[in-house]
Amino acid sequence: MAGTAFGQSNFPDAEDIMNKVDANLTSDSRVFNSKMIVHGTRSSRTIESKSYARGNNDSFTKYLSPSREKGNKMLKLGNRLWIYSRTTDRIIKISGHMLRQSVAGSDLSYEDMMEVREITQIYTAKVVGESILDNRKTWVMDLKAKVKDVAYEHCKVWIDQERFIPLREELYAKSGQLLKKTVFSHVIRIQDRWFPMQVNFKDMLKKGKGTDFIITQIEFNPEIPDYIFSKASLRK
Amino acid sequence: MIHFLLKGLLRDKNRSLFPIIIVSIGVALTVFLSGYIKGVMGDMIDTTAKFDTGHVKVMTRAYAKNIDQMPNDLALMGVEKLTKELARKYPDVTWVKRIKFTGLLDVPDDKGETIRQGPAMGLAIELFSGSGREVARMNIKNSIKAGKIPENPGEALIGIELAQKLKLKPKDIVTYLGSTMNGSMAFMNFIVTGFVRFGSQSLDKGAIIIDIFDAQEMLDMPDACGEILGFFENNVYFDSKAQILASAFNTEYFDESEEFSPVMVRLKDQANLAYYMDYVDLYTMIFVGIFVIAMSVVLWNTGLLGGLRRYQEFGIRLALGESKDMIFRSLIIEALLIGTTGSVLGTIIGLIATWILQVHGIDISSMTANSTIMVPSIIRSKVTPDLFYIGFIPGLFAMVLGNLLAGIGIFKRQTAQLFKELEI
Repeated sequence: MAGTAFGQSNFPDAEDIMNKVDANLTSDSRVFNSKMIVHGTRSSRTIESKSYARGNNDSFTKYLSPSREKGNKMLKLGNRLWIYSRTTDRIIKISGHMLRQSVAGSDLSYEDMMEVREITQIYTAKVVGESILDNRKTWVMDLKAKVKDVAYEHCKVWIDQERFIPLREELYAKSGQLLKKTVFSHVIRIQDRWFPMQVNFKDMLKKGKGTDFIITQIEFNPEIPDYIFSKASLRK
Repeated sequence: MIHFLLKGLLRDKNRSLFPIIIVSIGVALTVFLSGYIKGVMGDMIDTTAKFDTGHVKVMTRAYAKNIDQMPNDLALMGVEKLTKELARKYPDVTWVKRIKFTGLLDVPDDKGETIRQGPAMGLAIELFSGSGREVARMNIKNSIKAGKIPENPGEALIGIELAQKLKLKPKDIVTYLGSTMNGSMAFMNFIVTGFVRFGSQSLDKGAIIIDIFDAQEMLDMPDACGEILGFFENNVYFDSKAQILASAFNTEYFDESEEFSPVMVRLKDQANLAYYMDYVDLYTMIFVGIFVIAMSVVLWNTGLLGGLRRYQEFGIRLALGESKDMIFRSLIIEALLIGTTGSVLGTIIGLIATWILQVHGIDISSMTANSTIMVPSIIRSKVTPDLFYIGFIPGLFAMVLGNLLAGIGIFKRQTAQLFKELEI
């Protein structure tokens, strides 16, 4: 990676960049199959799931494998989260400190999934430079929290200048400590948008190579029946 | 000569009764308080060994570094093979697997919806899957205050205060929520078979006790466990033996490059117990030392008073031609006789008092209600072999020292002055 800095007046408007990123990453609805490879300190595990999402707020995930996870389900409605455990046949609401638990042992916490607000609502974005990342020209953006109830006080994001896809993201605590690092890759053109099919999440406080989240199949804006996003669907 | 002196002591109550009473009281106090200190501290160490540390403990090096966090992701793997190896190499030690874990206990209503939740500290032992020695070692049967001991997979015991907080009844179902060894969310339903009161607030307030096989299944730890504990015969800890055992094991298994290689630590190296054990020894020593000094002052004074009272007697004996050495020697032998008699009586009294407190104990549960460390709720003294001789150290030493100091006066007497004093 090499970096070049220009005067701030040469940089495009940060909000304009973020809107273009949102246009690529968000949709009214989507259905996707994914593989999550958790690289632990001793071994790696792969967890397969199928997810349904409605905007940024609602999602429903059904775990397909391994056998230990198969049949478990997760429902997120706004800022509420429930988990269905097949072995206990219990629906448990996840709240409080349980939200800090990792999702299936990955480097992602439930708290990471709970943010429903748009980035521009919680962060003040500013383009602070340019750099080359994986042979792609990127805008380096600095995001500072403008609300108090946010998990990460400060973020640094590298946005592909041509495709408007984040290629790298660093999340910092208020103390300035780097907490999480996210690397986006395998960017492909789907319908009229660019989309990263693989994301590596790395909890910097944990050992290991992080967690690879690989989307094996995705469909944007399909019709999803409303009952999917209800507690009743957890036991179905 | 001893017979002659003994007869003199018995006939003169002033020379024997008062000093013997003083020595007896002092020795009895020394024996009783030494037994009390050893009992209280020993109980804490014994409870900690049974519930937490074992006499030796095997875990991975990485687990040992972060042991306070109960890091099951760093647990020992291949424990069946390792346990068999340990049993073969060290057959006089009992080896048991343990898993500690934390999480939430969730109580559902009839529809399966959460009605109450509470944090729990889990302990998985060989509850019904092993030889039953763990149940006896932890005195579980006697600690059950309601219900019964689990006999089947999926059954659990709950600390009585946690059960009261969650408003549980025996046979209720609770769901455990926590993390597996891999960090996934762990869920398991348990039928609560009974409630336990161990007298340790940390356990009574938050414990869930399950069988090791259930924990391995629940926490995704097949053939794995956090700790393997070793207990010596009769559950009596010998530090030198533990040291030799740990050194031999670590020499064989230690691998600097492998953070998951097993390591053995002795009881004294865990949970700040080295401090406590040294503390017990130090305080016993200080106590005996202070008593020796205090008793020496008292008996010196007693000896001086006796010496002054016997001033005339010594004068007559010197006048009759008895040497100063001879008088001094008889004084010391008398002190030895009194000291021995007082020490024997004091030791018997002290041992009886210690035994009574050992059997009946003092209930301090109301004072430890908010304690979070493993403190027994009934404090007891302990009759140990050293109590049979520890009282003789101050009893004999102080008495003889007091008389030695008092007897120095004999050598300062001048024969001419003596005759004048006696008006002969």
